[in-house]
Amino acid sequence: MNSLILRMIAGRIVVTLMTLLIVAIVIFCATTLLPGDVVQILLGQSATPEAVAGLRQAMHLDQPAALRFLLWLKNLATGDLGVSYVNGIPVAELIGNRLANSLKLAGVTAALSVPVALTLGITAAILRGTLVDRLVAVVTIAVISVPEFMVATLAVIVFAVTLGWLPALSMTGDVTTLAGLIKAFAMPVITLSFVISAQMIRMTRAAVIETLSAPYVEMALLKGASRRRMVLHHALPNALGPIVNAVALSLSYLLGGVIIVETIFNYPGIAKLMLDAVATRDLPLIQGCAMIFCFAYLLLITIADIVTIVSNPRLRHA
Amino acid sequence: MSRLVEVRDLRIQARTDAGRIVEIIRGVSFDIDEGEIVALIGESGSGKTTIALDLMGYTRPGCRVTGGTVTLDGVEMGALSEGERARMRGSLVSYVPQSAAAAFNPAHTIMDQVVEVVRIHGSMPVAEARTKAVGLFRALALPNPETIGERYPHQVSGGQLQRLSAAMALIGDPKLVIFDEPTTALDVTTQVEVLRAFKAVMRKGGIAGVYVSHDLAVVAQIADRIIVLRHGEIQEAGRTADILERPQHPYTRQLLAAFRPGAAPRPARLDQDEAPLLVVRDVVAGYGKRDANGLPALRILKGVSLELARGRNLGIVGESGCGKSTLARVIAGILPAAKGEILLEGRPLAPDFRQRRPEDLRDLQIVFQSADTALNPHQSIGEILGRPLAFYHGLGGRTREARIDQLLDMVRLPRPLRHRRPGELSGGQKQRINLARALAADAKLILCDEITSALDTVVAAAIIDLLKELQRELSLSYLFISHDIETVRAICDEVVVMYKGEKVEQLRPDVNDGRPTQPYSRLLFSSVPQLRTGWLDGLAQDPELTRAFAQR
Repeated sequence: MNSLILRMIAGRIVVTLMTLLIVAIVIFCATTLLPGDVVQILLGQSATPEAVAGLRQAMHLDQPAALRFLLWLKNLATGDLGVSYVNGIPVAELIGNRLANSLKLAGVTAALSVPVALTLGITAAILRGTLVDRLVAVVTIAVISVPEFMVATLAVIVFAVTLGWLPALSMTGDVTTLAGLIKAFAMPVITLSFVISAQMIRMTRAAVIETLSAPYVEMALLKGASRRRMVLHHALPNALGPIVNAVALSLSYLLGGVIIVETIFNYPGIAKLMLDAVATRDLPLIQGCAMIFCFAYLLLITIADIVTIVSNPRLRHA
Repeated sequence: MSRLVEVRDLRIQARTDAGRIVEIIRGVSFDIDEGEIVALIGESGSGKTTIALDLMGYTRPGCRVTGGTVTLDGVEMGALSEGERARMRGSLVSYVPQSAAAAFNPAHTIMDQVVEVVRIHGSMPVAEARTKAVGLFRALALPNPETIGERYPHQVSGGQLQRLSAAMALIGDPKLVIFDEPTTALDVTTQVEVLRAFKAVMRKGGIAGVYVSHDLAVVAQIADRIIVLRHGEIQEAGRTADILERPQHPYTRQLLAAFRPGAAPRPARLDQDEAPLLVVRDVVAGYGKRDANGLPALRILKGVSLELARGRNLGIVGESGCGKSTLARVIAGILPAAKGEILLEGRPLAPDFRQRRPEDLRDLQIVFQSADTALNPHQSIGEILGRPLAFYHGLGGRTREARIDQLLDMVRLPRPLRHRRPGELSGGQKQRINLARALAADAKLILCDEITSALDTVVAAAIIDLLKELQRELSLSYLFISHDIETVRAICDEVVVMYKGEKVEQLRPDVNDGRPTQPYSRLLFSSVPQLRTGWLDGLAQDPELTRAFAQR
């Protein structure tokens, strides 16, 4: 570690924080622009104008948007996500439980798909041009091309309806035993793994092929290194940056982009919570969910960038 | 002495990008004795590297051995499995690459990569290998031999990396070391040191070597025998002294002739009264932020002055990073000077070419090193040459067509070439077109920036001859920039020596007979390899001087 690296990492974190601020502005503007009046929805058709005005004042909705934004931002900075319009429960509490569920699903999917994807990507790169490589290429293209609701629906038809091995809905049966847990997670995890692995496989393959053509890999061959050593010891450390970025991009999808999968399998995750919040015009909840998605995304990308910086020996030993 | 290497009727095919199959090695046979150093000499595309790599049982992707045998220490390489070949690489035969900078993995320390051979083959304990590596570093005259291994490749210089790659090749006690143009990318003062280190270590260990190079003068210092290759065939093979002094084959004679360029043409008359064609006075230029005085933070040129008389040529020599190419860019106005003035025929030139008058632009043309990047690949030769004719002289229609034919005649190229594109031309032909474009403007001064560096020796010599002929016909002047002192001397009557952005001295034929007087110029000139055996062994350089100036 040296001052150059620390400076670059600090700079990267500042950029992340600024992006987060811009994201907050965009989210606030977007939710403010959502059609429909919350107060009207909350109080129903028969509300008196006085009641509407009173509630509006109580919810600070009569104040200018800029002021409301600053207030929201201040609360956000202190960890207060506000109170749900619909049921008066703090948003943090609502999200907390669901976020844990989503993280569990994401964690299991990542633990399964990242090693598989990296292995397949590296194998395809080593066996470039062979039958294995082409098979992997065809399968990944096919998986990318099929939309995830297709995969999910087909999985339900095959495993739940026809074979009857797995429940069609997650979290219905008991999740206290290992077998029950596997049953509950199996289909969402498989569907999500399909979606995120394809991209990782392709990017890993490209990055490893790129470094395998470097002169220092040929030099390793001429030193008598085995293929395994050439790839693992010589090519991979130099392909780390692009691979970590591909992994981060794919994983970020697991938090924000799983709406379809959570809906189809009725999985009580944060994406489904946000979908429900949109239906009820629950602005603080929507904003809270959106901020968490964006934060998770930025966090992963920032980590990937920092890994790229730290893994560069030219920067590490400048 | 027993035979270490036997190559019999080796044939290798390659598949081109277009999918065509060509035979690049056409039946090559030779032997190498134990402890003998054999040079493979040839121009680019002669197959010298392909042969050398095949001695290790390795062919690059796209190439295939179609016939013949390579026997190394009694074992036929072609009959082995890939795993058995891998066991011989690094331990019996090892490789020193052309660009050590690219051949070292940026992710690992130098020591890790040097002892990797031992780690792979398990030939000795790693701790022992480290001690041996330090000994090799010392034998190869590397600075700080105890600690240099802890560094990463980007932390040491190119000349050091080249010697470190030799240590990497020698650590496994091979019987044969293959050197693939190991000093081509180095400056001459560095090359002397590296060659000396190689030679000492090889001789001490009695190790056989294959030295691949295009440079006869370098090979003359290190090889026992020379094999001259062309188009994948052996033209001539013999002892080094015989090849150099009694060449039999016409191609070998041609190569040797290209290495002994004639002396610079002395101008017939020197009119002292006439104003100089080009005056550069106190020029400062560089990159980065400008300070309060308008001077850039990173100064590449630190106050350079020179004069060039009409009809004469001025050479600029120096090692990489001395600022010679920057000087050409500053004179051409591509990089505006921060300070100082440039006068052409007494007229001051604006620092930025965009502010120069059309006649100034016309009179001063620049020819770049790489014709590949300087010529638009999508335009025909006719279009490339027609553009300056229209721009500077307003020529159009039939007069322009006639002038294009004339220009092709001037650079000795057939007229039908005008319908081709640059991609269909050879390297030498492209460089002639590059030159013809400068001639199209009817320039008075042509800046030649390393225009022969990317060309094979014979082709480069022909370009130099062309430059001389054109000068006689058109009363041109050249500012000739090159790291190759022999080439500069072949065409220039005066030579400016540069070092770290400053002019060290200007050599004139009428002062000290054109010989250098300053310590750095003397070191630089004495480091240029000469085409006789024993030059390196007889070369006496002041070690203090070398340490002070050589950028290794």
